[in-house]
Amino acid sequence: MDRTTIAREKLKAEVVNFNFFYGNFHALKNINITVAEKQVTALIGPSGCGKSTLLRAFNRMHELYPGTRHEGQILLEGQDIMAKDVDPIEVRMRIGMVFQKPNPFPKSIYENIAYGLRIRGINKKSTLDERVEQALRGAALWDEVKDRLDKPGFSLSGGQQQRLCIARTLATSPEIILFDEPTSALDPIATNSIEELIQELRNQVTILIVTHNMQQATRVSDYTAFMYLGEVVEFDKTNFIFGSPTQQRTKDYISGQFG
Amino acid sequence: MTDSTELLLSSTSAPSKGKRKAREFRENIIQTLLLFAAVSSVLVTFGIMEVLVGESFRFFINPELKEVGVENIWADFFNIKDPQWTVLFEEKHFGILTLLSSTLLTSAVALIVAVPVGTTVAIYLSEFAASSLREWLKPILELLAGVPSVVFGYFALNVISPYVRSFNENIPGFNRLSAGIAIGIAIIPIISSIAEDAMRAVPNQMREGSYALGSTRINTAINVILPAAFSGIVASYILGISRAVGETMIVAVAGGLQALYSWNPLEGAATISAYIVQVTLGDVPFGSLEYESIFAAGLTLALITLALNLIGFFLIKRFKETY
Amino acid sequence: MTDANDIAQLTDLQTIRKGINARKLVDKIFVALALGSLFSTLGVLIVLIGKLVIEGSKRFGSGFLTFITSVPDSNPEEAGIKIAIVGSILVILVTASIAVPLGIGAGIYLEEYAGRGGIPTWVANIIEVNISNLAGIPSIIYGLLALGVFKAQLKLGETIITAGLTLALLILPIIIVTTRESIKAIPQALREGVYAIGASRWQTIWDHILPASAGGILTGIIVGLSRAIGEAAPLVTIGALTFLTFLPPVPFSPKQGGGVYGPFDWLFAPFTVMPIQVFDWVGRPDPGFNVVNAGAAAVILVFMTLSMNALAIYLRVYFRKRIKW
Repeated sequence: MDRTTIAREKLKAEVVNFNFFYGNFHALKNINITVAEKQVTALIGPSGCGKSTLLRAFNRMHELYPGTRHEGQILLEGQDIMAKDVDPIEVRMRIGMVFQKPNPFPKSIYENIAYGLRIRGINKKSTLDERVEQALRGAALWDEVKDRLDKPGFSLSGGQQQRLCIARTLATSPEIILFDEPTSALDPIATNSIEELIQELRNQVTILIVTHNMQQATRVSDYTAFMYLGEVVEFDKTNFIFGSPTQQRTKDYISGQFG
Repeated sequence: MTDSTELLLSSTSAPSKGKRKAREFRENIIQTLLLFAAVSSVLVTFGIMEVLVGESFRFFINPELKEVGVENIWADFFNIKDPQWTVLFEEKHFGILTLLSSTLLTSAVALIVAVPVGTTVAIYLSEFAASSLREWLKPILELLAGVPSVVFGYFALNVISPYVRSFNENIPGFNRLSAGIAIGIAIIPIISSIAEDAMRAVPNQMREGSYALGSTRINTAINVILPAAFSGIVASYILGISRAVGETMIVAVAGGLQALYSWNPLEGAATISAYIVQVTLGDVPFGSLEYESIFAAGLTLALITLALNLIGFFLIKRFKETY
Repeated sequence: MTDANDIAQLTDLQTIRKGINARKLVDKIFVALALGSLFSTLGVLIVLIGKLVIEGSKRFGSGFLTFITSVPDSNPEEAGIKIAIVGSILVILVTASIAVPLGIGAGIYLEEYAGRGGIPTWVANIIEVNISNLAGIPSIIYGLLALGVFKAQLKLGETIITAGLTLALLILPIIIVTTRESIKAIPQALREGVYAIGASRWQTIWDHILPASAGGILTGIIVGLSRAIGEAAPLVTIGALTFLTFLPPVPFSPKQGGGVYGPFDWLFAPFTVMPIQVFDWVGRPDPGFNVVNAGAAAVILVFMTLSMNALAIYLRVYFRKRIKW
C-alpha cells in the first residue's frame, strides 16, 4: 500500500493509523490517507468495506450510537479531532455532512438553511436572508425555490431536497463537506445535477465523498482511496487509480470482477 | 426397521376421501367459532349503542318531563346560559353543561399537570437517555399506569386534598383541583409513552442531519424531532384527554358529587361520570327519569371520547404513513 | 454584502466554542428538568404506596389475619376484606374464562382468516377500527352497557356473572389487540413451511402459530386481567356496592332448608370486589374506614395489580430476548 504525499496542494486533513471497532468487529484497519485542501477525495470499494464508517468518523457521527471504539488519529489542520477532549459538536460545526438519502428538516425551505446559522447564534434577519440566498445559489437551487421559501422542505423533489441539504451545509461555511453516497437514492437526472454541483464546489471547499459508483468517482474526484475489508488497498490521484492501479485487487475491482 | 418403513409409506399415501371430509368439516367448525369471536366485538359496540341511544331516546321523549317542569327538554339539556342539573328536586332541570363543566375542568387541570411532565419525560427517554437507562425507566412508568384508579382517588382525597387545603382551610375537602391533579398523574404514562413512540419513530437520518450541523441534543429535539413527531405528540395529548374525560373513580372519590355549575377548581362538583356513579349508588327504578338521565349523560360522555379517540387514531395513522 | 462580523463568527473557533458551551448549558438545564419530572413522577408512585402502607399498616400487625378473614363490619377494627377478596377471585375467574377464549379467537380470526378466505379485508379493517374505539371507551360506559343489558334486559341481577361478563367485555379489546400483534410478529416463512408439509390451517395455527406467539398473548392476558381486578366504575354502575357479610355458595354444599347448591349457583350470588371495598370505605366519614381500612385494602389491591403488571413486563422482556426472528 503506498501513500501519496500531496505536493502542491495544502494538506487539510490526515488519517493516521486509524482503527475502528463495532463491538468486537474490527471495521477499519490501520487506515492512513490524506485529504487535500479544496480538492475532492473519493472513497470507493464494495459494500461493507468500511468507506462509510471512515467518512462518518470524520464528524464523529458514530458517537450517536453506543458500542463503537477507535484507535489512532484524524488530524484536521494538525489537530486530532478524535481526541477525547475535543467536543464532537465543535467537530461537526467545522465539518459538514450530506447524507445518502436527502433528509431535510420538517421546516420551511428557508428555515432548513437558517437552522444551522441560528444554532451558531446568527439571528439577524438581514444576515439570514442574505446567507440563505447565497447558500441556495451555491447549491444551484435558488432559481427553483426563490418564490416558495416558506414551503416545507419536503415539498421539493428528491434531487432538489438533496441540493437543499447541500445548501444547508454550505450556509455554515464548513471546512470540509462529507458526502455519503449522495446520489444513491436519486434518479439519473438528479444525480447529474448533484455531480455538477460537486464539481462547482471543488476549489471552494474540501470534499470527501463516498461512492459505490466508480464512474462517479472518476468524474468528480481528484484523489481516490480504494478500500476493501476495512483496509485502504490503494490511495492515489484518481487518474492513477483508474488508469494504472498498482494493486491486483484494485484492478479486479475497477474492472468489475467483484463488488 | 420394517415397521417404520411401512409407517413412512402409509403416511405418504393420499388421505382417504372420508378423512378429508372429516378434516374439512372440523376446519369449518373452527373457522365459524373463530368468526363468532371476531364478531363479538362488533356486538359489544352494538350493545353499547343500543343501550345508550335507546335509553337516551326514552329520556328525551319521556312524558314525565312536562310534569316536572321541563317544557322543552332539548333547550334545557343544551342550555349553556344558565344550566342546572336538579334531578332530585321537585322542579327538575337537565342542563348537561352543569356536569360537563366539571368533566372539562378536571380534564384541564389534568392536562396542565400531565402535558409538560409527559412531554419532557418523553423527550428525555427518546432523545437523551441511554438505551439501558430507558429499559429501566419505561417499565416503572408503566407500573404507574397499573395503579387502579380508585387508589388514585384515595391518594387525591387523603394526600393531595389535605395538601391543597394546607394553603387555605376554606377549600372543601372534595375539590376538583385535587381530583384533576390525580387524574393528571394517572395519565402521565399514557402521554409519555405515546409521545415517546412518536419521537422514536422519527427516522435516524433526520437526527443525523441535525447533529451533522453541530446541534446539541436539545437543539435536535426542539427543532427537528418535535416538529417531525408533531401529529403523534398531539395524538398522545388527545388520547390523554380522552382518558381524563372518562375517568370515574378519582372524581367520584375526591371531586365532589353535587351537580353544580361552576368553573372554580377549588369547588367540588360532579362530573358526568361521577354523576352516573352517584345515581347508581342509590336504588334507582328502571324507567324513571333519573335512571334514563344517566344514559343521556353517558351518551354525551361516550360521544366526546369517541370523537377524541377517532382524532387521536387518525393523527397516529397519518403519522405512521409519513414515516 | 453580508455583515462581515456575523459571518466571521461562523468559522472563528473561539466564537464556536463559546456558542457550544452556551448551548450545552441549555442541554444540561433540560436534563435536570427532565430528571426532575421523571423522579417526581416516580416519587408520586413511592409517596402513594408509602401512604397506603403507613396508613394500612395499622391493620397489618397482629390484626392482619382478622383483616383478611373478616367480613365487613360497622366497627372499623373488626371489618375485613374476606368477601371482597373471594369476590375479586371469582369475578376474575368468570372474566378470564370468557375474555381469554373470545379474545384469542378473535385475534386469530382477524390475523389468520380475514382476507385469506374468511371475511374480506375491508370488513376486518372496520372491525379493527371498532376494536380500537372500544379500547378507548371509558369503563363507566361498559357499566351502563351492563346496567342496560345484563341487569335490565337479561335480568342477571347484581351478581358475579354480571360482573364477570362486564369486565370480560371491558378487557376484550386488550386481549384481541395483543393477540393480533403477537401473531403478526411471526414471519410468513414459518406459516409457509408448515403449510408446505401439508398441514391444514387450524393445525398450523394450533401447532405452530399459537406456541410461537404464546408469550405475547400471555402478556396481554395478564395486563387485561390486572386492569379488570382494579376496575370499580363499571361494577358500581350495576349496583354492586352492597353491604355483604356472606360468601357465595360453595357447589354441592347444603342449602339452608334442605337440598344442596348446584355447581353454578355461585355465579348468581351477590358479590363485592376489592376496588369496590376500597371505594366503599374511602367514602365513609370515619377515618378508621376512609384512611386506615381503605389504605390497607388499597395496599393489597395495588400489590395484586402491580405484581401482575410487573410479571407482564418481565414476560415481555423475557420473550423478546428469547425469540429473535
